[in-house]
Amino acid sequence: MIAALEVTPAWYLVLGALLFSIGAFGLLVRRNPLVMFMCVELMLNAVTLTFVTFSRMLQDTGGQSTVVFVLVVAAAEVVVGLAIIVALLRRRPHATADDAALLEG
Amino acid sequence: MLDLVWLIPALPLAGFLVLMALGRRLGEPRAGWIATALCGGSFVATVIVWAGLLGESEEQRSFVQTLFSWIPVGDLQVDIGFLVDPLSITMALFVTGVGALIHLYAIGYMHADRDFTKFFVYLNLFVFSMLMLVLGSNMLVTFIGWEGVGACSYFLISFWFTDEANASAGKKAFVTNRIGDWGFLLAIFLAFASLGTIDYDGVNAGVGALPAVTASAIGLLLFVGAVGKSAQIPLYIWLPDAMAGPTPVSALIHAATMVTGGVYLMTRVNPILAAGYGWVPDVIAWVGVLTALVAATIAVAQNDIKKVLAYSTVSQLGYMFLAVGVGAYVAAVFHMVTHAFFKALLFLGAGSVIHGMHDEQDMRRMGGLRRYMPITCVTFIVGWLCISGVPPFSGFFSKDEILLYAWGSGGTQGKALWAIGLVTALLTAFYMSRQVFLVFFGEPRWKDDHALVGADGSLPAGVTDEDAETSGGAARGEEAATATDATSAAAAHAADDHLEPHESPWQMTLPLVVLAVLAATAELLNLPFNPNLHVLQHWLEPVVGANEAHIDVTTGTKVALGVIATIAAAGGIFGAWLVYLRHRLRAIEPAVLAHAWYYDESVTRFVGGPGTRGFAAVAWFDAHVIDGAVNGVATLVRTSGRGLRTVQTGFVRSYALGISAGVVVVLGYFLTRLYF
Repeated sequence: MIAALEVTPAWYLVLGALLFSIGAFGLLVRRNPLVMFMCVELMLNAVTLTFVTFSRMLQDTGGQSTVVFVLVVAAAEVVVGLAIIVALLRRRPHATADDAALLEG
Repeated sequence: MLDLVWLIPALPLAGFLVLMALGRRLGEPRAGWIATALCGGSFVATVIVWAGLLGESEEQRSFVQTLFSWIPVGDLQVDIGFLVDPLSITMALFVTGVGALIHLYAIGYMHADRDFTKFFVYLNLFVFSMLMLVLGSNMLVTFIGWEGVGACSYFLISFWFTDEANASAGKKAFVTNRIGDWGFLLAIFLAFASLGTIDYDGVNAGVGALPAVTASAIGLLLFVGAVGKSAQIPLYIWLPDAMAGPTPVSALIHAATMVTGGVYLMTRVNPILAAGYGWVPDVIAWVGVLTALVAATIAVAQNDIKKVLAYSTVSQLGYMFLAVGVGAYVAAVFHMVTHAFFKALLFLGAGSVIHGMHDEQDMRRMGGLRRYMPITCVTFIVGWLCISGVPPFSGFFSKDEILLYAWGSGGTQGKALWAIGLVTALLTAFYMSRQVFLVFFGEPRWKDDHALVGADGSLPAGVTDEDAETSGGAARGEEAATATDATSAAAAHAADDHLEPHESPWQMTLPLVVLAVLAATAELLNLPFNPNLHVLQHWLEPVVGANEAHIDVTTGTKVALGVIATIAAAGGIFGAWLVYLRHRLRAIEPAVLAHAWYYDESVTRFVGGPGTRGFAAVAWFDAHVIDGAVNGVATLVRTSGRGLRTVQTGFVRSYALGISAGVVVVLGYFLTRLYF
């Protein structure tokens, strides 16, 4: 039964969309900075998955090479983001994202 | 030899820079000698270039030396270049020649002045600017010189700036000249827009193909510039006030060189005037002749020795514009040269008198100076005979040539121009004789401290009736009441021998003598009797020949006109002799003339009244409409910014929500685009 199911690219697209939605939803409803950060990463990876899928579907390596770039940027982004979050939580161990609202207009 | 032309302006520029850097250390009189030497060197360079030009054949006498490309922007190519042709070299010769003499004179005149070196810094800068004006190969280089001489004029008029009157005289000259500069600038713009070039060669060659209306506009705008610089109606008011400057300045800038810049410009662009409508030259002629007449009437009633000469300069410049207007360009340049000699001579003579009289400028306090200042007196008399138009002195020939061309321009208009010019000539002879008689002849009046009104209540012998009139009858009574005091005061002054007039040092008298010789012999440039004697005319032929008016007047008429002009000059001199030496006639010096037809007052009233209100309205418009628009934009930005700021809550999740909502909207938009 399971073996009969053929895995089509559409599955991957649906998975990417699901992951993206979960990430976006989590970003909106959670207040813990670390969790929010993980949600962002989830969205990012959902998009890279979609890139790879389309690359495969269209037989175009452009999508895959974009993914390499995204991974590099994501690595850098993680360094900066985690550093900020660690610094924040060191000063105020139970801080939420809403507490860091000093930059309001 | 023509390649040396760059030296002509470079030497005064070098003098300017050296004196700027080292002037204070050099001090008096070395700074003056350096300035004089460099100006003289410039004269020598001019002579060399002139000799080179003489060596060329007549058609080849136009040479452009381009130093470097100054503004290469698209179609606009402006070079710093010098145009050497008979006209510019004629100008350069007398600018540097008379300039060097006046530099020498100034060493004596400015002796012991606190700012001795600064004076020569300005003077050299002026000569440099004037040479740029004259030699520039395009309108923009001329304009640099034009502005440069204007700035130097401003510096030098208000040279003794601690006196409020001098400072405001400088400002007046500057502001009035700006109006003219406006016209000149617009003319340059228009020439470039319509011809694509501002080189004199290009403009003069191409202007013939322009529509008459464009050529007229360029010509008239240049004329506006000339009116400002050369002090014609209605912008002449700055020149009489410019006499606030030291006398060498009056002689150099406000008589011999700068003020003739306008005439030079009009002569330089004569093809533009020829390409325009026929009434454009008529406008120039009428402005010129009316200026000549009005200024001459004012000069009749002035008591300041320099004011008389200032109005006389305005009047003589009017003659030159009359000449330009009737197409007598050669006569204009001829009169410009002779005027440069005799008016510089007269001004320097007046300066010598002022120097000798210890800064006294009122002619009513002079008299009998011929015994004390013989050289000044003799040279001044030469200048007087020249300007009065007494044959065979230079002024007679140059002025008569202009009147002849005015007559020959034909029709009632020509006769009218001639008649007004003749009346002006009579007035010129009259007021100049008045000056000579009041200053050098008659009884000495300076010893008496109350020369204007006799100490004992009666008029002293040398004082004429009109003097008492102007100082007022009321004052006479007062003076009589304090007669004893006044007498003792006068006696004290008479004993005080520093008041005794004295002849000036050789640095001042030498230029006087040289200029007197030049003024007396300048007519040799262009004697009328025989075509071979028209030296100046042949010389200027390549520049103005094509547009020079050709008059058809018989020899008999010429002689008759000359005789009439001589009679007018003699009449003017005789009249002045009757009035001011013999006291046979009462002097006619109405207040309206002494106040220069109240023109200055009218301008002041107008600017003070409606003018100020008009400008207040402009200021209001600026403050409320222009600034209002600017401030309105700023306020709009600020309020909308304040409103938008509230969106920036600082909550990361609300930003995320905003982004998500945006994504949904964009997605929705594209999906609807896709399916509907």
